[in-house]
Amino acid sequence: MHTFKQHSVLPGFNLALGFTLLYLSLIVLIPLSAAFIRTASLTWAEFWDVVTTPRVLASYRLTFGASFAAALVNAVFGLLVAWVLVRYRFPGKKLVDALVDLPFALPTAVAGIALTALYAGNGWIGQFFEPLGIKIAFTPLGVFVALTFIGLPFVVRTVQPVLEDIEAELEEAAATLGANRLQTFSRIIFPTLFPALITGFALAFARAIGEYGSVIFIAGNMPMISEITPLLIITKLEQYDYTGATALAVVMLIISFVMLLIINLLQWWSRRRRASA
Amino acid sequence: MRWALIGLALSFLTLFLFVPLISVFYEALKKGIDVYVAAITDPDAVSAIQLTLTAAAIAVPLNLIFGIAAAWAIAKFEFRGKNLLITLIDLPFSVSPVVSGLIYVLIFGLQGWLGPWLAEQDIKIIFAVPGIVLATIFVTVPFIARELIPLMQAQGTEEEEAAVVLGANGWQTFFHVTLPNVRWGLLYGVILCNARAMGEFGAVSVVSGHIRGSTNTLPLHVEILYNEYNFAAAFAVASLLALLALVTLALKTVVESKNKGNKEYTDEYTGT
Repeated sequence: MHTFKQHSVLPGFNLALGFTLLYLSLIVLIPLSAAFIRTASLTWAEFWDVVTTPRVLASYRLTFGASFAAALVNAVFGLLVAWVLVRYRFPGKKLVDALVDLPFALPTAVAGIALTALYAGNGWIGQFFEPLGIKIAFTPLGVFVALTFIGLPFVVRTVQPVLEDIEAELEEAAATLGANRLQTFSRIIFPTLFPALITGFALAFARAIGEYGSVIFIAGNMPMISEITPLLIITKLEQYDYTGATALAVVMLIISFVMLLIINLLQWWSRRRRASA
Repeated sequence: MRWALIGLALSFLTLFLFVPLISVFYEALKKGIDVYVAAITDPDAVSAIQLTLTAAAIAVPLNLIFGIAAAWAIAKFEFRGKNLLITLIDLPFSVSPVVSGLIYVLIFGLQGWLGPWLAEQDIKIIFAVPGIVLATIFVTVPFIARELIPLMQAQGTEEEEAAVVLGANGWQTFFHVTLPNVRWGLLYGVILCNARAMGEFGAVSVVSGHIRGSTNTLPLHVEILYNEYNFAAAFAVASLLALLALVTLALKTVVESKNKGNKEYTDEYTGT
């Protein structure tokens, strides 16, 4: 194929693609490039100093650590929820299935204040942990709770369709050949699910890293302890430190791009595995 | 084994989903219906509702036109760089909301590229309504395109080609052949786009300036009330947004059941 576009009898290609590119450039690409251009005014050493101060490093540790832990919990429980929704019948199943998407639909600020009220020392859930000496709201543990909520649908919704597609014959064959249920799961089902599971994990992790609205209410936002990187960007902006805020934004953007690349590769792998299965 | 797994899954969902949802309505109504009504009819709340509706009323139609154009180009034609284009459309999903707001400040803010010129013309974008609208458009760019692209790809081009061969022009082909085939997916994309447009917090927070009664959207109003320790009012306003989320999920369920026949479509949906 030497031409840019294959021939088609359908009209409207130039208009549709032209409008798409114009819109995308004006709304997304040019504004995003502003962050990189602004940061280019810094020397490499200046940039490095801004993005590696102890307070910033502490925020990376919290953001990545809590996001990773939340995505891990969601991988385990997301797989369990998907399994239960696909394999079993129970009263209220349809309602549960619909509500799994709640974190996508519920504005993050609402999730933030609701979780804070629940997990505070006197809240419905927090009161059970308080006597054990465990504080959840206004600690890094609260950040983890908010990010778990935000990432909950991703693993369920990536694993669910793959699980629905696994043919019963495959499991029956394994059982006939003498495999017990654990063997069938670990040898047949889990390897088929694995690419989707990892994709869901990566989506939940990527979403958690950038999350702001639900976290700031429950985190307590103490510098060095419970301050996430996006909040640090806001703090710098409020002090009119535009260059510092932008440098941090560039770090977050690069991480987002890397995550996007990884997720695309995982989805490609997942599709190939399903196509050959 | 079976009931143990169901029990464990439901306990997890109860702790992280159902209880938070119920608590929003409980906290909203705890101080009685009068306090609730007063909170959502307060002039500042009403102006926040108006601004939220305005931002969504601008962002959703623009992204609808964009989504249709992008899906037409990507699903009905073969060209180079298509996968890159799809990735670029997805980009706003992976950018932190805070960064989404910041980039507009860098362009339109007082210290930004166009800032001095805009100040001379006395045009305010940042800390004003246009900035809120722009940030809302940015975060909702992918929603409709993402629903339409896999759906239109799955339907192929034969029907449209037949229409064109029979003498229909491009618009006729689109409105009479393509659109009826994708209407539920389109509606679904619009619903999701609208929910996000009305609920966006981080990006809007950066560009808004939080001026009560003028640049406050509903989610920002929730934050202000909460930070003033006016919890009952904060949850009352939040309950409006929670209701919007529930309506969104209900419509989604209806649309999905309409789409049941189209397996490839539901499979594509990963929910980002």
